[in-house]
Amino acid sequence: MLYLELLIQGLIHGSMYAVIAVGLTLVYGLLRILHVAHAGLFALGGYLGLLITNATTSLPLGMFTSAIVVGICGMLMYRLCYQPILDRPPYVALIASIGLFIAMEEIFRLVFGPYGLTYKNPPLQSQINLMGITLRSAEVGMVISALILLGILAYLSQRTRIGIAWRATVDDPEISKSFGIDTIKVRYLNFFIGSALAAVAGVFISLLSNLVEPTMGGVPSYKALAIIVLGGLGNVTGTLIASLLLGVVEAFGTIYIGSFLDRDAIAFAFLIVILMIRPQGLFAGK
Amino acid sequence: MGIYEISLATVVCINIILALGLNMISGFCGQISLGHAAFYGIGAYTAALMVKAGFPIPLTIAAGMISAGVAGLIVGLASLRVRHDFLAITTMGVGFLFLGIVRQQELLGGELGISGIPSAGLGKIGYLAVVFAIASLSAVFSLWIKRSWMGFAFDAVADDEDTARVVTVDVGAYKLAAFAMGTAMAGVAGGLYTYFARFLMPDDFGFITSITVLSMVAVGGIGSVFGVIAATIILTLMPEFFRFISDYKLLVYGALLFAVMRFAPEGLAGFARDAYRRLTVKKQAGETV
Repeated sequence: MLYLELLIQGLIHGSMYAVIAVGLTLVYGLLRILHVAHAGLFALGGYLGLLITNATTSLPLGMFTSAIVVGICGMLMYRLCYQPILDRPPYVALIASIGLFIAMEEIFRLVFGPYGLTYKNPPLQSQINLMGITLRSAEVGMVISALILLGILAYLSQRTRIGIAWRATVDDPEISKSFGIDTIKVRYLNFFIGSALAAVAGVFISLLSNLVEPTMGGVPSYKALAIIVLGGLGNVTGTLIASLLLGVVEAFGTIYIGSFLDRDAIAFAFLIVILMIRPQGLFAGK
Repeated sequence: MGIYEISLATVVCINIILALGLNMISGFCGQISLGHAAFYGIGAYTAALMVKAGFPIPLTIAAGMISAGVAGLIVGLASLRVRHDFLAITTMGVGFLFLGIVRQQELLGGELGISGIPSAGLGKIGYLAVVFAIASLSAVFSLWIKRSWMGFAFDAVADDEDTARVVTVDVGAYKLAAFAMGTAMAGVAGGLYTYFARFLMPDDFGFITSITVLSMVAVGGIGSVFGVIAATIILTLMPEFFRFISDYKLLVYGALLFAVMRFAPEGLAGFARDAYRRLTVKKQAGETV
């Protein structure tokens, strides 16, 4: 029973990691940027979702608005911050992104206070009993919405013209341009979808702990970076598998080796071990 | 100089050693490290344990240097396996791993850290003189490396690893050398910090510290010794001189890091170079007229 419970907890965390990391891996696949500030957008999503939900008492409205606004912020971030430095060596964008993330965290702290905000009437807190295992409905909601969102994303990329244009651009920007694809539009779309997903994940995380705080982006951001590296940078399927795997490894690790490594250290120890064995990640990118 | 100025100067000198160490790895040799604070921490904790065991000061600092350097060598081996973005994330992971281990070890004080470390027994001024001497030595060492054959090889590795390999530069050996030297310098800085602070906390050596050091290197102009020293002095003193900044310290750091990368990726050094060029060009133009 313990194993099953750990496995389920791991998969719940893993599905959240997946929603965050997919946006990150989409950006990496297209632009070869390690987009650390993605976690800032994730935290922004949590804040907006909470503020709107508290103001209107409607969680769906809060989540939807937060996703749209954060998606637009993501597009602005690409336009204002990344586009001008794309032709520089990769470390330039990486350091700029870290700077941006730190600045965002600080702005959250200064604007919303250091102790975080909570929901007035936390939604989705009821308990659900599933085959003898008690889960909170926020956890179930998170897994279900992760499945739906990633399903929609898969459908978009496989079956629609936009999706085909997107995949072509990731594959070879020059050739897709010569086929008449507006690659700049593809980049905006990419940032919009990735950031909106991060915002939804942010709202769900804030529901799980009934808290949004300035530093909430910290750990998921570093972990999401670890995940996309594990998944073979830019490989979406690999990222999804790596997310679930990391969630499960962490859940079991905290029980069995938690006495000398904390949760984050376990994640990174796992990452380092895997990278030493397979430097290109578990699922080699293109 | 009052006690306040003396301790400020000591912090600046320690940071200079730390930043020049990272500059060796990321600046000269082009290997981006996001986990430099881990080696700073290894040096500090090693020195602290040695002090507590009763060893005298030169030995403790040397032990910090060696343990950090050996750890750096091991991480350097990772740099032979993974490159670029993969390496950046791996080094970041090393930082979190260090923190995770320290937090859970009773021997290292866990979350509470190590307190009650005796002072170096040299007086505040005397200690500053020692730290200053070591910082100057690090600067001279950096300049010497930069101009040596090894410096050229580092440059080649940073520029284009594969081409360097084609012209028979032993890329692996030079990367390892850069990691060993850079992290050993971080270890020395850590040891010196131990005697200065006399109290160690795991969070002193976290990701934010790594990023702070990286911003010193990046703002100074990656690879430029004088640029890095100037940026270290400015970034360390800025929050002290503008007291109103202190609450916004990290915001300023983050914004500055972003702004420098966005608008002047070559940092202070690049800025100075441009200004100098513009001046000399103007002078020449004036002479011809």
